[in-house]
Amino acid sequence: MLEFMQQLVNGLSLGAIYALIALGYTMVYGIIMLINFAHGDIMMVGAYVGFFSISILGSNIVVAMIFAMVSCALLGVVIEKVAYKPLRNSTRIAALITAIGVSLFLEYITLYFLTAQQRVYPDSAFPLHKYEVLGLVISNKDIFIIVSAVILMIILQYIIKRTKTGKAMRAVSLDREAAMLMGISVDRIVSVTFAIGSALAAAAGVMIGLYYNAINPLMGIIPGLKAFVAAVLGGIGLIPGAMVGGFLMGVLETLVSGYGSSMYRDAVAFGVLILILLIKPTGLFGKNTGEKV
Amino acid sequence: MSKKGFSKKVALLVLAVFMLAIVAGCGGDKASDKASDGDNKVGDTIKVGINCELSGAVASYGDNARNGALIAIEEINKAGGVLGKQLEPLVRDNQSKTDEAMNVSAALVDEGMVAQIGPLTSGAVAGSTPVMMENQIPLIAPAATANNVTVDEKADKVRDYIFRMCYRDSDQGQRMADFAIDTLKVKNAAIFGSTSDDYAKGLAKYFQEEFESKGGTIVAVEGFMNGDKEFRGPLTKIRGKNPEFIYVPGYYTEVSVLIKQARDLGLSVPIGGGDGWDSPDMVKVAGAEALNNTYFTNHYSVEDPDPAIQSFVEAYQAKHKKAPDSFAALGYDSVKLLADAITRADSADPVKIKEALEKTQDFTGITGKMSIDEQHNPVKNIVVIEYKDGKLVSR
Repeated sequence: MLEFMQQLVNGLSLGAIYALIALGYTMVYGIIMLINFAHGDIMMVGAYVGFFSISILGSNIVVAMIFAMVSCALLGVVIEKVAYKPLRNSTRIAALITAIGVSLFLEYITLYFLTAQQRVYPDSAFPLHKYEVLGLVISNKDIFIIVSAVILMIILQYIIKRTKTGKAMRAVSLDREAAMLMGISVDRIVSVTFAIGSALAAAAGVMIGLYYNAINPLMGIIPGLKAFVAAVLGGIGLIPGAMVGGFLMGVLETLVSGYGSSMYRDAVAFGVLILILLIKPTGLFGKNTGEKV
Repeated sequence: MSKKGFSKKVALLVLAVFMLAIVAGCGGDKASDKASDGDNKVGDTIKVGINCELSGAVASYGDNARNGALIAIEEINKAGGVLGKQLEPLVRDNQSKTDEAMNVSAALVDEGMVAQIGPLTSGAVAGSTPVMMENQIPLIAPAATANNVTVDEKADKVRDYIFRMCYRDSDQGQRMADFAIDTLKVKNAAIFGSTSDDYAKGLAKYFQEEFESKGGTIVAVEGFMNGDKEFRGPLTKIRGKNPEFIYVPGYYTEVSVLIKQARDLGLSVPIGGGDGWDSPDMVKVAGAEALNNTYFTNHYSVEDPDPAIQSFVEAYQAKHKKAPDSFAALGYDSVKLLADAITRADSADPVKIKEALEKTQDFTGITGKMSIDEQHNPVKNIVVIEYKDGKLVSR
């Protein structure tokens, strides 16, 4: 039982990171029906921005995270304007391939300028404290990650449900042309979506840096793919789905490696993707609209 | 798809690969300007290919081995060179990729090298091997430890032109098992190693064999993939089995994070590993405290008072502002062994160099005194190193 609880704690903090990344995937998909494969790499850029603001500017972890979120929000908007906007009315496959291109571009431009050497997040940025509760080991990092992920998700929910921009986002997601006719600037809404999604990814990037200490230019690939599976699991395009999907993936992965075999962890993660696509392609929270992929 | 369309795509792909090769080539040295003469006997220098991982996943290995090799070449040239000729290093980057290691070797053959130092990892050496065998040019792998590097295990045949400067995975795995049982007095152990490469799998296998044959019990075997950062699931499982020792063969990039997570979960037992641990990043990522009570088998110790080692350490430190790791030492020794072989062969002909390498007896390098056995492996000592408050202490 104790071991199970420990695995659950491990899984939740991993899941929080997946959930944050999955949110960006799902938001972008909800608005422009594009799977933004560069999303994991935006997370990587966020991790680097956080790293440099801690190690060079000497900022504390919260400032570093905000700094990373703002710069990645800008990066997301620029990427959208340069790479995706010109393709808004072309085939979906063209946009998808462009997304893969952007992903490779971000990876290799970072490799070129910052080399493949891994960078190490300074320990002093966030000294580790461990708490033992009834034999359960929880660190302040676990708590920080889960709490800040939940706070970010609440802010996101507020923006989407309660603000005018959020209302406009939902309108564009529902029917882009009708929204346009109602006087909503679709371009602005798409930019806002990319900004928010990328900022969440940057937060996840800083968390990964903080949690695992080491970052490198290709660190975005695997978490990006896992978060994509999480988004599909919850129902791509649906925000609550991405949150639940992210946490589920984290817990599932940890339990598989804890009780099954660690060698099958990734196989199970991607097996879930296949199963979901076969059985319920709209995801756990999805309704059948007859129009989705 | 029409046949024509298909071949057009293949042509495009080939073109793309070409462009990549050209771009990659630009990273090399100016020496490539001399590629055209391609003759390795008449030139007034002896060309030594240095095929190293200067970028990519294990760039720190290649970087340090190259630095070590270049210091050796500098020393030799200052002392008058070999057979009255200067050694000319041709340094190339294989980007830590197996296929790129092969391309680099092919390019170096065209440039007229007489022998190649590197690559560092067993996988990349395997990539380079066919080119070296075909062109009959000896390769000295400074740090490739997989047993099948020098021997084709399927055909049970020694790979004629492939030599190595380090001991094998089997020696390393056995040494750590002996150390755990004889010195640390543990009776049961868990293995949690990388499953992505032959190196770590080999270490795990030989550790297990030796540990069990000496009466120990393996209580759990888990694995991870290179690139993983999350190990707490399997670690929590291992914690439940109460092992007295954990063997973690793998590379420093994953192992450092793994050890930190193990300590965070309250696993305080001794942890052991192999030479893949050897990197200053270990202390930076895992932290000095988490690394206490961890041990790894390695090729030499910087602390060794031997004057030859200390003069190398000094020269290296003066030039690169850091202590030389094992890769630097092995790179250095590889060049020294090559120079020794060329002198003994009294010729810079690759085939004669190979014959001289095979006959090596009691060559003294900074990684120990060694002879090359009939399977092209050096016979030498294995050091066990302990991390103590972030410092390396040999046991």
